[in-house]
Amino acid sequence: MSEIETIDLAARADEAARMMREEEPKSSRFLFSSWHLVLIPIAVVMVIPLVWMLVTSLQTLEETRHYPPTLVPTSLEFHNYTDVLKQAPFSRWFVNTLVVTIVVVAGNLLFCSLAGYAFARIKFFGREVVFVLILATLMIPFQVVIIPTFLIVKRFGLIDTLGALILPNLASAFGIFMLRQFFRTLPIELEEAARIDGASRLGILFKIVLPLSGPALATLAVIMFMWTWNDFLWPLITIYSPQNMTIQLGLATFQGAHQTNTNLLMAANVMSMIPVLLLFFFAQRYFVRGIATTGLKG
Amino acid sequence: MAEVRLDHVTKLFGGDVVALDDLTLDVADGEFLILVGPSGCGKTTALRLVAGLEKPSGGAIAIGGRVVNDVTPRDRDIAMVFQNYALYPHMTVYKNLAFGLKERHTPKPEIERRVREASAILGLDDLLRRRPAQLSGGQRQRVAMGRALVREPKAFLLDEPLSNLDAKLRVQMRAELKRIHQRLGITTIYVTHDQVEAMTLGDRIVVMSNGRVQQIGKPQDVYRHPENLFVAGFIGSPPMNLLRGRCTDGCIRLGELELPWAGPDAPEVAVGLRPEDLRPAGEDGPSLEFVVDVVEPLGNEVVVHGTTAGTAVESGAEEEAEIPLAAEGARAAITAVFAPADEPSPGERMRLGVVPDRVHLFDLRTREAMGP
Repeated sequence: MSEIETIDLAARADEAARMMREEEPKSSRFLFSSWHLVLIPIAVVMVIPLVWMLVTSLQTLEETRHYPPTLVPTSLEFHNYTDVLKQAPFSRWFVNTLVVTIVVVAGNLLFCSLAGYAFARIKFFGREVVFVLILATLMIPFQVVIIPTFLIVKRFGLIDTLGALILPNLASAFGIFMLRQFFRTLPIELEEAARIDGASRLGILFKIVLPLSGPALATLAVIMFMWTWNDFLWPLITIYSPQNMTIQLGLATFQGAHQTNTNLLMAANVMSMIPVLLLFFFAQRYFVRGIATTGLKG
Repeated sequence: MAEVRLDHVTKLFGGDVVALDDLTLDVADGEFLILVGPSGCGKTTALRLVAGLEKPSGGAIAIGGRVVNDVTPRDRDIAMVFQNYALYPHMTVYKNLAFGLKERHTPKPEIERRVREASAILGLDDLLRRRPAQLSGGQRQRVAMGRALVREPKAFLLDEPLSNLDAKLRVQMRAELKRIHQRLGITTIYVTHDQVEAMTLGDRIVVMSNGRVQQIGKPQDVYRHPENLFVAGFIGSPPMNLLRGRCTDGCIRLGELELPWAGPDAPEVAVGLRPEDLRPAGEDGPSLEFVVDVVEPLGNEVVVHGTTAGTAVESGAEEEAEIPLAAEGARAAITAVFAPADEPSPGERMRLGVVPDRVHLFDLRTREAMGP
C-alpha cells in the first residue's frame, strides 16, 4: 500500500462528489464524429418505441387502432392521463411501489454492507465456503425458487401484503458480492488506524468504510431500485387485491381479455416510467458502472 | 508513558513462515528505539505485534508492566503512524485528529484543547479545515503525527514514517521528530530501513535480519563494534569493505598486507575496513594497493570506488547481488571516502593507508566478530 493509494481514494471520493453535481467532462470541439454514423441509427431504433408510447398515450382509442401506426401526434388528448387516475387506483399503486422500492433499497444497502464487510475483512471459520454458497445462488434462476419462497412467505402470513414483496428481497447475493469486492479495494491501513484509534468493528464500517464507499453504494441502490420498480412476476404471484398492487402489476390489469384501452395503458406506462427515467438521468454513471460490474456475475 | 517489553516473541505466518524468531526486547520508559533492517526482516511485524494488529504465535508482550497479548489495539493505549499515513480521506484534518479522542468519549472541550495543542506543535493551525487530498506529502505526514500526538498515548509506534517524503523534507522531518520526542519524552518504537534515520534518531538501535535480532546497542557502539558480518555490512554508508584474509602467527594477512594480531588464529576471516578509515598513503605504514575506478565528489567528501587485489566477502546485508564495477580476475571492489583535497582521478594507481586499530575482524565460520 502506498501513499498514492490514499490520495487516489480521496480523489475517488471527490470524483463521486463531482458526479453528484453532474459536472460533465469538457466536450470535444467537433460536434460530429464517425462514431455518430453508428450511434445515431442505434439511438433511433431505441427511441422509436418510447416515442410511439408517448404518442399513443395522447391519442384517442380510434387513432390507436390506425394502421400503419402514426409516430406523429395527430391529437393531444391529455385527459387520457387524468382518465387513468380516475379509472384505476393508480396513485395507490404508485405509493405501494415507492414504499416497496425504498424499503428494499435501504435493506439492501444495510444488510449487504454488513455481510459484504464481514466477507471482505473478518476472518471466521467457513468464510470462503459460505461466500461461495452465496455466490452459487446467483446461478439459480428465480423460477426455481418461486414455490419455496412462496411457501415461506405464506407461513409468515404475508401473502397479499407489501411485506411479501419486501421481506424476501431485503438482501441480495449480488449486493453482498458487489460490496465485498469494493470493500476489499479500500486500503486496510485505514481500518487498522481506526482500530488503534479505538473504533469498534461496526464503528469502522459506519464511520470509515461506508463513507468511502459512496460510488459502490450508489451503484447498488440504483440497480436495486430498477429491479424492484420493474419487478412483475413476484408481485403477480403474491398480490391479488387491487389496493396492494404495484405499478407493474396494475398496468397489466389494463389489458383486458376482450378489450384493451391502449391509449390509457400507454399513459399509465409513461407515468410509471418517470421515476426510473429521473433516476437514470441523475445517476447514469452508476447504471453504467453497475452493468459493468454485473459482467462479473458469470 | 510506559516501558514496552517483548519476551521471547515468535510470529509465524500461515503456520510455517517465520516472521519473528524468539525476539526479546526491552524498551525503557521514554526511550527512542529504532528497529532497522532490510525489507522482510520482521521489523514491521514486531511493531504490528506491539500495536495489537497481529497476534503473537508465542511469547509475551507487555506495555507498562501489563501483558497485553489478549488486549485489543483500542485498549493498549498506543498510537501508530503508518507508512502511507492512513489519514481518513473523507474527514477534515481536525476530524482526523479528533477521531481517536471521540471514539474514546473524551469531553468536547478536552478534544478541542488537545487538537489545538498538537496542531500548534506541528504547525497545522491553518490546515485544520482541509481534507487529506488537499495537503502536500509533508503536511500529511504532520497530520499523521498529530493524530498520534493528540492521543497522549503510552507509546508511539512509527512504521517508516518518513519513507514517502522527498530527501530534503525527510531531513527536516527527522529533526522535527527528534525535537518532538525530546519535548514529550514518550516511549517510541520506530521502524525504518534507512540507516541514517536509525543512526540519527535512536537512543538505541536494534538491527534485525530474517526475523532475528542481530545486535542491540547505541548507534555509535553498533557502528564502531558491529558484532557480526551482517551488522558490519548493513550499518554504515557507504558500507564497510569486507575482504577475505586469514590470521596466523600473530598476523592478520590480507594479500600482501600484514597487520599485527594478538587474538587466536583463524584460517578464514573477513577483514572489515570502513571506507572513511581509508586514506591515501605513502609507501611506509600498512597499506593496500588500489586502482581508482569511479570518483564521486560530494562537496564535503569524495567517495572513491576502485579495486584491490583480493576476494570480497558478502555480509548478507546487500540489497542486491553486488555488481563489480571493474573487478577482473582476483580483484575485489573497494570503496574509500577521502577529504576533497585528496580527490584522485579515475585510473590512478595509489596506496590506501590502513589504521590497525580500526580494522574489524569476523570469523567466516561463525560470521561473528573476533576480538584480540
